[in-house]
Amino acid sequence: MIDYTYTLLIPLIPFVVFLFTGLAGHKMKPMTSGLIGTTGLFAVTILSYLTAIRYFWTDHVEGAGYSSLKAFEIQWLHLTEKLTINLGVLLDPISVMMLVVVSTVSFMVHIYSLGYMKGDTGFARFYAFLSLFTFAMLGLVLATNIFQMYIFWELVGVSSFLLIGFYYEKPSAVAASKKAFIVTRFADLGFLIGILMLSFMTDTFDFQTLVSPTGPAMAQAGGAAFLGLSGITWALIFVFMGGAGKSAMFPLHIWLPDAMEGPTPVSALIHAATMVVAGVYLVARLFPVYSMVAPDALHVVAWVGGISSLFAAIIACTQTDIKRVLAYSTMSQIGYMMLALGVSGYGGHDGLGFMAGNFHLFTHAMFKALLFLGAGAIIHAVHSNDMRDMGGLRKYLPITHITFLIACLTIAGLPPLSGFFSKDEILVAAFHSNMPLFIIEFAVAGLTAFYMFRLYYSIFWGKDTHYHHTPHEAPATMTIPLLILAFGAVFSGFLPFHELVTSDGLPFEAHIEYAVAIPSVLIGILGIVIATLMYRKVSTSPAKLANGFGSFYTWAYHKFYMDEVYLFMTKKVIFNYISRPVAWFDRHIVDGFMNLIAHVIERSAYLIKGFQSGRIQQYGYVFVSGTIVLVIIFVYLW
Amino acid sequence: MTGTIPLQYFLIISTLMFFTGIYGFLTRKNLITMLMSIELILNSVNINFVAFNRYLYPDNLHGHFFSLIVIAVAAAEAAVAIAIIINIYRNFRSIDVDKVDEMKF
Repeated sequence: MIDYTYTLLIPLIPFVVFLFTGLAGHKMKPMTSGLIGTTGLFAVTILSYLTAIRYFWTDHVEGAGYSSLKAFEIQWLHLTEKLTINLGVLLDPISVMMLVVVSTVSFMVHIYSLGYMKGDTGFARFYAFLSLFTFAMLGLVLATNIFQMYIFWELVGVSSFLLIGFYYEKPSAVAASKKAFIVTRFADLGFLIGILMLSFMTDTFDFQTLVSPTGPAMAQAGGAAFLGLSGITWALIFVFMGGAGKSAMFPLHIWLPDAMEGPTPVSALIHAATMVVAGVYLVARLFPVYSMVAPDALHVVAWVGGISSLFAAIIACTQTDIKRVLAYSTMSQIGYMMLALGVSGYGGHDGLGFMAGNFHLFTHAMFKALLFLGAGAIIHAVHSNDMRDMGGLRKYLPITHITFLIACLTIAGLPPLSGFFSKDEILVAAFHSNMPLFIIEFAVAGLTAFYMFRLYYSIFWGKDTHYHHTPHEAPATMTIPLLILAFGAVFSGFLPFHELVTSDGLPFEAHIEYAVAIPSVLIGILGIVIATLMYRKVSTSPAKLANGFGSFYTWAYHKFYMDEVYLFMTKKVIFNYISRPVAWFDRHIVDGFMNLIAHVIERSAYLIKGFQSGRIQQYGYVFVSGTIVLVIIFVYLW
Repeated sequence: MTGTIPLQYFLIISTLMFFTGIYGFLTRKNLITMLMSIELILNSVNINFVAFNRYLYPDNLHGHFFSLIVIAVAAAEAAVAIAIIINIYRNFRSIDVDKVDEMKF
């Protein structure tokens, strides 16, 4: 077996950097802590790439397929003989792929933030949190068992919370961070229930045991039924609930748009490229279990993904805050990935969806991080988030313009950019297994192209807005990551994912199916053309179109009133009919019982406290009369 | 042993002294008087010791020894008690026992 123990350093370096910059950051110059964080991440990136190259190519025996291996494992908690919790490093195709994604994007964001966050009062704190997040995300990716994953899952949630609320003087940022934390925490409750059910049924937390075709999970296929689904199906649906919360799937998506209150590099790192795909990663991690024992749970995954992607794409067409458009676009693309996993089968060419979902995760991380970092450069130049304040920026921001255009073309799925390959594989997988979902995704492909180019034209073309001071191109620390990510967005599509990341570790033949690819490219182009006609020059057609859709447009503009539904559910229903009776019970029954005991004791204390009068002669009376009584009893009555 | 005083007489006198002491201890308000009442109680006990010793074990002297010990202890106790009373007087400007009731609830 080849030694990969050094991979332990990959999560540990950011952790050490976090401790160092977090504890000593305020004593250093801000830029020093930024450079320490960036250097640490550079080392992590090098190690991750080294691991990926070794795992996929140099150490790989030709034709043997990729197996999962534990590079390192220690027992962390020994609860009982059967129940132990380990910490370790698991390497398999998807975790190695995620290592590359996380370290690349995180490294780019670290460099970018040197420019973007320059002069900010919380500079050192920002870098400490970024390191904490990177540590947590890498720990999640490399988890050997589902419980370790859960621990890091929560750590990721905490660092997301900290970074969304980074500008804690702003009430909206505080509200957004709380919202993100509470919603994902609620979803994690489902995840925890799922973990407990799953480990109860299989007697293991370990991923390798769980997913092995002869493992205990596979023996649960039938199992006890509840509402027509077997126990393990319910467990996996609960696990997926956690994934859906983290990945902002309908209806647990409401936190993601608000999370854009955080600094833009954070949105790029956490809320576009890495953390939000944790749900996809989770499903992919347990994919053999989903696929072999609980196909019903997989249908849930597919439909939730499909509905989310359509839902978010429609909303994205109406929003005007550029980061919100990108947030909904993220949600839509993650919906694609979920759907791809949901429609996939196991093994060989049936596992096309699995491969496509992970492929899209990879390419999406590149181009969505690029889009967010580009948006950050635009916001940096214009000091506004609203696309109505922008226009004609292509003259002022040439590099941002080019990279942003590349990212838009990639997400629209035009060949030969990477988005085309991954999205095409997803559509092919859907086409072969689920027609309604294919139609939804086909429509979403068009909508995606439309809203991305609506965004693009509104920012860089459209009206020539007059700015208070001339916008200028971002510094090199910000443009270099843009160029690198643009490179990734263009060329990552040529990676042979069907040989590297497959559901059973064995390569299979994948080729472009023109029957699907050509229409999907055409609808992408159609979306671009419509957006060009409407938004390239200032025109009245957008308003006309909005009016044409009437109340549907209003609904989409208000995000289908999901926030209001949640507010109604929490404030009016849950608070009134659950929280209030529970609070009443607590205050009056539980507290009342305690108060009763205290009251009784206090009353009886009042009754007897006169004995302690402090008068020695009274004590004497009592003593003498007591003695007399005792003498009478013992001498005469006994 | 004819012509001696019967035991009952000693017991009656010691009982009277004992209860006089108790009565004085419980009713007098002056701390010095209370101290004197305690001396009465102790002395009644001494009489009992000596009387019983004489009637029950005329060849032994244990009862006498006990009486001597009690007298010694009473002397020491009187010294301590008067010191306490003086301190109480300094604090309260009075030796009335009813005024010394700080140690209550």
